[in-house]
Amino acid sequence: MSETRRRDPRKEWIARNRLHPRHLEALTELGRRAGQGAVSAWLGPHGLMRKNPRAVGFMGPNGVKRIDRSGVQQGAGGGGATKSIAQSKPLVEIASPAFLVAVVPDMPGGRLSQHDRDLLGLARRLADAAPDARGAVLAVVFGGYARQGEGELKEHGFGEAGVDRLLTLDDTRYDGVAPEARRGALLAVDDAWAPRHWLLPDSKLGGADLGRRLAVRLGERPATGVWQVMAAPDAPLGWQCTARGAAATLDIQRPLPRITLALEECAEPADDERHAAQALSLPQALPSPISRIEDLGQVAVDPAGVALAEAEFILSAGNGVTDWEGFHVAAETLGATEGASRVAVDDGFMSRDRQVGATGTWVTARVYVAVGISGAIQHLQGIQSCDKVVAINMDPGCDMIKRADLAVIGDSAEVLGALMARVKQQREEKRDAA
Amino acid sequence: MQPETDIDASLEITVLVSVGRHPITGRARRADQDARAVELARGVSGAEVRLLHAGGQAAESEAALRDYLGMGFDALTLVEQPEGADVLGALAEAFDASPAQLVIGGERAEQGEGSGLLPYLLAERLGWPVVSGLAAVEGVEDGVATLLQALPRGQRRRLRVRLPAIVTVDGAAPAPRQSAYGPARRGHLNAVVGSVTRDEEWVSWATQPARKRPKRLKVVKAASARDRFKAAAAKAEGGGGQVLTEVSAEEGAEAILALLKAEGVLR
Ligand SMILES: Cc1cc2nc3c(=O)[nH]c(=O)nc-3n(C[C@H](O)[C@H](O)[C@H](O)COP(=O)(O)OP(=O)(O)OC[C@H]3O[C@@H](n4cnc5c(N)ncnc54)[C@H](O)[C@@H]3O)c2cc1C
Repeated sequence: MSETRRRDPRKEWIARNRLHPRHLEALTELGRRAGQGAVSAWLGPHGLMRKNPRAVGFMGPNGVKRIDRSGVQQGAGGGGATKSIAQSKPLVEIASPAFLVAVVPDMPGGRLSQHDRDLLGLARRLADAAPDARGAVLAVVFGGYARQGEGELKEHGFGEAGVDRLLTLDDTRYDGVAPEARRGALLAVDDAWAPRHWLLPDSKLGGADLGRRLAVRLGERPATGVWQVMAAPDAPLGWQCTARGAAATLDIQRPLPRITLALEECAEPADDERHAAQALSLPQALPSPISRIEDLGQVAVDPAGVALAEAEFILSAGNGVTDWEGFHVAAETLGATEGASRVAVDDGFMSRDRQVGATGTWVTARVYVAVGISGAIQHLQGIQSCDKVVAINMDPGCDMIKRADLAVIGDSAEVLGALMARVKQQREEKRDAA
Repeated sequence: MQPETDIDASLEITVLVSVGRHPITGRARRADQDARAVELARGVSGAEVRLLHAGGQAAESEAALRDYLGMGFDALTLVEQPEGADVLGALAEAFDASPAQLVIGGERAEQGEGSGLLPYLLAERLGWPVVSGLAAVEGVEDGVATLLQALPRGQRRRLRVRLPAIVTVDGAAPAPRQSAYGPARRGHLNAVVGSVTRDEEWVSWATQPARKRPKRLKVVKAASARDRFKAAAAKAEGGGGQVLTEVSAEEGAEAILALLKAEGVLR
């Protein structure tokens, strides 16, 4: 685009005349020259902005014209090419932080849980309190389980959750229950960077245990069950906290210590900036500790005995299940807890306590496999907080497919049968290898 | 302790018991988790179980402590401590005086700070390993205990730990038996004096009955009216899931299996 603006009065005239055969062509050209992708507005002959209201908007999926006034889409674009929201957030890099706030998220299943996000939100509050001396948030993440097939981290949202520095420690010695090895690693982090604050989730998933171990070894008296943090200039670290005590019947007001074990919803998760999540590594290798606790592995529990609301893995049946015998066998082989849609319950194939949905149980499974369930809104409500949804259905247009992370279009009995065959084959291979 | 059973008992278990507080009436009672710890200890075969409490001997707490005696004990050792004392030192001394191989306690006290730190502090002081959240003690053999730890979502994990060790019980541990009135009346509270450390910090903190926590509101941070409308009216949609159409059942099964494996739910 040249610096001097040249006007073509004839083109402008054509552009104003909707009935001119070259009207659209002229509009496009004018619009392009004005430097926008839009042709809905241009500079008129007298220096006035002219608008063509008919060129505004785009054709929606149902053939109806839609106008988007959010500023994301402009003019008669085909729609679609919206910038992802993640990228539109400003990227914040804290090159030389004044101090560090270390967070050790639980990462159940290799992803940040809501509790972890709240904690990172709290960490951001502590780090950003003084705008001229911002601290950096360091996340310490354990375990190879946090990675997918090619070694890529399962969680991509560290930066958006407010993490400036990311330390991933994946060694088999941290897998399973290894509180002593993990504490050893955290002590090394403390040695290397001396964070001003340590934040851990006060949760059964491991944070509560690890945090107490760390505090005891560092000789600090941690605040446990913290649910509120307020600025307090006269406290040693500049913060005051409210912690739950005495089996959650007491609120304790105390200055915030160096180690904090916080409850869920202790702060709003950070989400208006994108942080760098720059990878770090420990300056020296860790000595391998002698662990006095030996992990013999997880014990198979009867999945039917696990309450539906807290089951981790649910295989759910709907009206599309034809082979009920096969379905029960599949649930047992996979070690999944059984769920059902209302139709399957009403028809008497499943018991009432297995119903998932608005009038049944609201489930929190990490993996929910819906077999022959159409995805009525009452059912989808019940699986809102599920992480990964897999659908097996005949109908590619049903709502469950839209919700699902992986959908297989096919007959439920056939797909389940094939799945069973594969699982059994793999288990036999493993047994032969062992 | 009963000297006559000392001969055949191979394992000495000490259960740390505290005075609980009923969540609704606020009356002193046996603490739920501690009672579970006692029940767990009773279930270990060939063990001699001792009860240990550090605290005051007020009438109300005595009634609560007698509830533990009613679970089938003749005596309970009571290390006398004033209100608001840090009991760590006194407990550690008690263990120096009469060693135990396995110490079982609840996860958190129902009164006071209830931070759940005591087992960890005691373990650090004694140099023992600590394991939290047990559902069962499966057995003790040659000084090694096999434990069943309760994980969230109803899962269990088997651990092995060399004794002496400190363990805490989870709510998933077996429910405690009823306390029988007669034995509870007849049992003895053997008071011993312990050294006293004042908990200065605790005294300096302000406490009040727990306030109800504000419910988190669903705040939609949207730049435009359109985004706000979409957030309010949107159906739950995963968005961008992978759809496999016209694949054979085997290929579909393969894809599902890969996802289940990646999520780690298949064992
Ligand atoms: C007040 C109210 C409350 C409700 N509460 C609940 C609730 O809590 N929970 C609940 O689940 N429902 C609830 N419902 C019912 C809900 O609206 C739906 O009717 C129900 O969820 C549909 O169940 P479905 O998906 O199993 O059956 P359908 O809608 O019949 O869907 C069957 C699906 O299976 C597929 N299919 C058919 N054959 C095969 C095959 N061979 N292989 C693979 N796929 C196949 C079909 O394509 C279809 O998608 C409620 C309804 C009302 C009015």
